[in-house]
Amino acid sequence: MQVDQLYQEIILDHYKHPHGRGLRDADDPAASVAEAHHVNPTCGDEVTVRVATDGAVLHDVSYDGYGCSISQASASVLHELLAGRPAAEAFAVHAAFVELMSGRGEVTPDEEVLGDGVAFAGVARYPARVKCALLPWMAFKDAAARAGVDTSPTEVQG
Amino acid sequence: MTTIAIPPGMPQYGDVPSYDVAAVRADFPILDRKVNGHPLVYLDSANTSHKPRQVLDVLREHYEWRNANVSRSVHTLGTEATEAYEGARAKVAAFINAPSPDEVVFTKNSTEAINIVAYAFSNASLRPDADPRFRLGPGDEVVISEMEHHSNIVPWQLLCERTGATLRWFPVTDHGRLDESGLTDLVNERTKIVSLVHMSNILGTVNATSRITQRVREVGALLLLDCSQSVPHMPMDVVDYDPDFIVFTGHKMCAPSGIGVLWGRAELLAAMPPVLGGGSMIETVAMSGSTFAPPPTRFEAGTPPIAEAVALGAAVDYLSGVGMRAIQWHEKQLTAYALDALATVPGLRIFGPNVPVGRGGTISFALGDIHPHDVGQVLDSLGVQVRVGHHCARPVCTRFGVPAMTRASFYLYTTTEEIDALVAGLEQVRKVFA
Ligand SMILES: Cc1ncc(COP(=O)(O)O)c(C=O)c1O
Repeated sequence: MQVDQLYQEIILDHYKHPHGRGLRDADDPAASVAEAHHVNPTCGDEVTVRVATDGAVLHDVSYDGYGCSISQASASVLHELLAGRPAAEAFAVHAAFVELMSGRGEVTPDEEVLGDGVAFAGVARYPARVKCALLPWMAFKDAAARAGVDTSPTEVQG
Repeated sequence: MTTIAIPPGMPQYGDVPSYDVAAVRADFPILDRKVNGHPLVYLDSANTSHKPRQVLDVLREHYEWRNANVSRSVHTLGTEATEAYEGARAKVAAFINAPSPDEVVFTKNSTEAINIVAYAFSNASLRPDADPRFRLGPGDEVVISEMEHHSNIVPWQLLCERTGATLRWFPVTDHGRLDESGLTDLVNERTKIVSLVHMSNILGTVNATSRITQRVREVGALLLLDCSQSVPHMPMDVVDYDPDFIVFTGHKMCAPSGIGVLWGRAELLAAMPPVLGGGSMIETVAMSGSTFAPPPTRFEAGTPPIAEAVALGAAVDYLSGVGMRAIQWHEKQLTAYALDALATVPGLRIFGPNVPVGRGGTISFALGDIHPHDVGQVLDSLGVQVRVGHHCARPVCTRFGVPAMTRASFYLYTTTEEIDALVAGLEQVRKVFA
């Protein structure tokens, strides 16, 4: 298997130049803010994801962490795709990303829905790395639930 | 390698024991395989070793010819299986120079062997009539080190939780050596057992044990050596090293997984209460209570891993055939070569001793700030198999301020060409993440 499939340019780029990195306070003091810290015990990857929301819209999805290129690039893509989105849309994207990562490389990703997330299609073929890619997404789900967002995707689309 | 002439009559460089590495490699079928289009470069023997054909043949022959349960049948197959199983015990005993095969308890692995000792302490602590050497309570101390495998940390943490005893540990120096400066304070009259790794699976450090053994004797404590990484790679003589217990695990020494060893001094094993209860470990059973078999059977409840034990016997035959001194020397040369070669890689930092003295052929490192997962993945695409992560020794990673390390480890079949492939692979890693 070619390692280039795993380390797509897009992934390396997000890793070297992460988008929206750093945990931020909410702009709106009335917003509900919660975070979740997830670790991958086999490799020591760590990520904290923080969600600021009014319940309907995710005003910000901020994060911090340490780990391999896959987990850190994935957090950057998570931020890019979900920050500022209506919660229901965000969870549709979340579901699509989880489906892609669980697909063992058999799922064709929809670029409309997943944006730069499509670059992770190759990662799905490396079972040992799927956990790395999913780490920030799982932390996001916990953080959103703690912030009081209904985490079931209602308007599945794409 | 050197031009200095050694005077005649002194040991010469050529006198070191050696063997034909290519011939040894031919015994290991897996070494012929390709990985991701490249010849396999297996640098993860500290994790698990490969198995030579001689061991695989014995495993197969056992099932095809003398498969039966042990110690329970009068029939021919049962007798032959029992003889093979007990024969393996005798081979293992001879391999570590144990005074008697009865001092060799077969377990599932090192982890189970350590847990047997920890639970024997636990069980003894509940019984006023138990041997006081195994009774633990508040005020008593158990000593380990910061460089232990989780298998030699967690059982003692749990034991201390159950009994109220205190867990203490030797720190590790910046060079990855055991810090013995606090020995007399750390090992004292309150100490009941010191459980120490002989060779670290992450730093490669081989601990000098004699000062510790002496101190343990002075205070009347017991000493367990975790030899999971040493017994496969160097000669072990339990009379010479003089611990009370050692543990090791078959899969790291050319044997299958599922078989390990607890060696204990006969008199101590005899004083230990049983841990797992069940068939085979009893003397007599009545509904009102049971009495227990003498060691080693007392600690081998249920049907043991029979074929695996027999194959472990074949593995020690194989290793002895090559020669443990020669294997140790081969790995020392590889380690010296690898330490030199890795020093040429820009940005590479070695954790643990950086000289081939008092250390084995297991080298952990960081490559700049590239995450070990990424290092391992790029190396894998080139056929080079290394381990990445915390290596079940998280406190060591914490000690050196990193969440994970990349580790290359060698064995009797490793070649300098494979180390070259590692170094070339690391160049590739640096390119991808430049
Ligand atoms: C030093 C050390 N102790 C204990 C163990 C545990 O061995 P096992 O997993 O076979 O029980 C290992 C290997 O993983 C080890 O390297």
